[in-house]
Amino acid sequence: MSGLGQWTLGARRSIRHLAADPSPDSDATLSDGSRVAVIGGGPAGSFFAYFLLRLAHTIDLDISVDIYEPRHFTHCGPAGCNHCGGIVSESLVQMLATEGINLPPSVVQRGIYSYVLHMDAGSVEIESPVEEQRIAAIYRGNGPRTAVDMPWESFDGYLQQICEKEGAQLVHQLVVGLERNGDFPVVITNEGTTTYDLVAVACGVNSNFHMLLDGSTSEGKPEVSRTFITEFKLGADAILETLGDSMHVFLLDIPRLEFAALIPKGDYVTLAMLGEEIDDDLVRRFLDSPEVRAAFPADSIPAVCACAPVINVKGPERPFGERVVLVGDAGITRLYKDGIGAAYRTGKAAAETAIVHGISTDDFETHYFPTCRAIANDNMFGRLIFFFTIAVRKSKFVRKAVLRMTAGEQRRPKGRHMSGVLWNMFTGSAPYRDVFFNALRPGFLLGLAKSLAAGVRPPQKES
Amino acid sequence: MTYMPSRRRGELGKIFNDGEVIVQQGDVGEQMFVVQAGKVEVVLESKDTQERVSVLESRDFFGEMALFDKELRSATVRALGEARVLTIDKRTLLKRISEDPLLAYNLLRAMSSRVRDLNNQVSAGRNRTP
Ligand SMILES: Cc1cc2nc3c(=O)[nH]c(=O)nc-3n(C[C@H](O)[C@H](O)[C@H](O)COP(=O)(O)OP(=O)(O)OC[C@H]3O[C@@H](n4cnc5c(N)ncnc54)[C@H](O)[C@@H]3O)c2cc1C
Repeated sequence: MSGLGQWTLGARRSIRHLAADPSPDSDATLSDGSRVAVIGGGPAGSFFAYFLLRLAHTIDLDISVDIYEPRHFTHCGPAGCNHCGGIVSESLVQMLATEGINLPPSVVQRGIYSYVLHMDAGSVEIESPVEEQRIAAIYRGNGPRTAVDMPWESFDGYLQQICEKEGAQLVHQLVVGLERNGDFPVVITNEGTTTYDLVAVACGVNSNFHMLLDGSTSEGKPEVSRTFITEFKLGADAILETLGDSMHVFLLDIPRLEFAALIPKGDYVTLAMLGEEIDDDLVRRFLDSPEVRAAFPADSIPAVCACAPVINVKGPERPFGERVVLVGDAGITRLYKDGIGAAYRTGKAAAETAIVHGISTDDFETHYFPTCRAIANDNMFGRLIFFFTIAVRKSKFVRKAVLRMTAGEQRRPKGRHMSGVLWNMFTGSAPYRDVFFNALRPGFLLGLAKSLAAGVRPPQKES
Repeated sequence: MTYMPSRRRGELGKIFNDGEVIVQQGDVGEQMFVVQAGKVEVVLESKDTQERVSVLESRDFFGEMALFDKELRSATVRALGEARVLTIDKRTLLKRISEDPLLAYNLLRAMSSRVRDLNNQVSAGRNRTP
C-alpha cells in the first residue's frame, strides 16, 4: 500500500544495534551546528520539527533538521495519504490557533458543527456547546484517488510547509536503517548514511519501520489493530442534504464493530470503522444495516478509494533512548481518538525536552516521559468507557434511555449531562478521565436513572 | 452576543459583520479569541469618546486577560469589515498550559509587545503635550 515495506534482515539487525547503547552520555545537549533527523513527515514528525526549530530560534540556537519522508502529500489516493478519518479535534484546533497555526479554508474540507448519534432505537443530534465550527474535517493527503485538480490542500502537506518555512529540510527518501556510531545515531537510506546528534522516530505504525524498534530505544513496540476507511463521492450539495455539517456516529449491535463514523468532507464522505480486525464481511453488514441505510444511501454512491490501515492501541513501555525519541503513533498515542492531537502533544514535548533540557535518556525520562504517561494513564479511563459503550451497544433498553435523555437535553440550554459526555467522547476533545468523571456526576446519574425508569413505564405513557 | 457559526464550508470559528461587537468593554470575560481571517479593532470607550488602540489581524489574539483575572473586559473589540474569529475555552487552555507551560510563552510574548506599544503611545502622547 505505502511502498514502505522494503526491510531486510540487515536492517533489523542494524536497528537492534541501538539497544546495546554502550556509554549513555548523560550530558548530551544540542548546540550550534547540531544535526537532527526526523524519520517520518506525518503530523508527529512535523510538529516535532516545527517546535524544535521555533524554540531553537527563540534562544538563538543554530541547528539543522532533516525530515525523511518518501511520500508526496500532493498525490491523490493512498500514495499521498496517511489514512485516517481526518478529524482535527476541537481542542487541537484551539491549541493550534493559540500556537499561531490557523488552519486555512483550503485545508479544512468542512467545519463540523454537530454530531448525530445513530442507534437502532433512533437518532439524535448533539450540537456543539459553543455554537461554533471548531472541529475540522481534513484530508491527510490530496484527497481520494479520483480527486484530481481539486482546489484543496493536504493537512500533512500543510504542516510540512510550515516546517520548511521554519528552516527544515525535506528529504524524500525512505529510511531503511538506524544504527549507532559511538553515541551518535546514524540514519541509513538507499542513498547513503548520515550521522546525527538526535533522531526523532515519527514513522507511525503503518510502515514496517516501527516493528523493528523493539528493544532499540527502550522496551516494547506499539500494538496495533486493523481498521477500514473508504471514501464515497457524493457531491457538496447532496452532502448538505443528507449529512449536513455533522459527523454521523453509529453505535450498532454488530459483533467486532467498536465504532463507525461518516465524516462529510468537501465533495466526498469518509467512512471510518474501528473494531476487531475489520474485514469485508463486517463492512457489508454495517453498510446493509437499516440505521446506515436511513442516514446514507451507500448502495447508490460510488466508493472511490479504500484502505485498511492499522491503529496504535498500546504504545511501547518507554518511547525514548539516548539521543533517540519516539513521537506520535510510533510512541504513545490516545486510544481510538485524537491521534493527531497526541502527535502534537508528544511531538512538542519531545522538542521542548531536546531544546530546553537535553537529549540523553535521562532527559527524555524526566521531561518527555510524563506527557507520554499522562496519555497512557488517560487511555485506561478510555478502556473503561469503551467497555461501557459495549453495554450500551448490547442492550436496547439502555440505548433507548441514552437516546431519550440526550434528546430531552437538546431541547434545553442547560443541564446537558449526557450530551456533554457523548460530545466529549465522540469528538475526542476532552481527556477520557474527564468523560469518566462527568459520567459519575449526580446530574448525569439522576438523568440516566430517570430515562431508564421512563423505559419501564407502560408504553402508552411514552410520547 | 449575536454570533453565528461560520457555516461556510472550510471556515472554522464564527463570522462577525463589519462593526459587530465581539467583546464588550465592561462585560465579564471567560474566553480568549484568535483572529482567523479579516481584521478587528480594539476600542477604548469612555463616557462620550471612543479611541481605537489597535487593529488585530489573522493569528492575533485578544481577550487573553480573562485567563488571568476575573476583571471585566478592559476594551471593546469589534469587526473591521467581515472578520472570522475562533473562541478558545479557558479550561481547555489552562489544562494544556499545565502540561505544557511553554504554551503560555506565546501569550506572554503578545502581551509584552502590547505593553511596549502602550509605552510608545504614552511617551508619544507625553511629547505631544506642551
Ligand atoms: C481508521 C483510522 C481513523 C483515524 N481517525 C482519526 C481522526 O479522525 N482524527 C485523529 O486525530 N486521528 C485519527 N486517527 C489516528 C491518526 O491517524 C494517527 O494518530 C496519526 O496519523 C499519527 O501521526 P504520526 O505522524 O505519528 O504517524 P503517521 O501519520 O502514520 O505518519 C508517519 C509518516 O512516516 C512516514 N514513514 C514511515 N516509515 C518511514 C521510513 N522508514 N522512512 C521515512 N518515512 C517513513 C510515513 O510515510 C508517514 O508519512 C485514525 C487512525 C485510523 C487508523
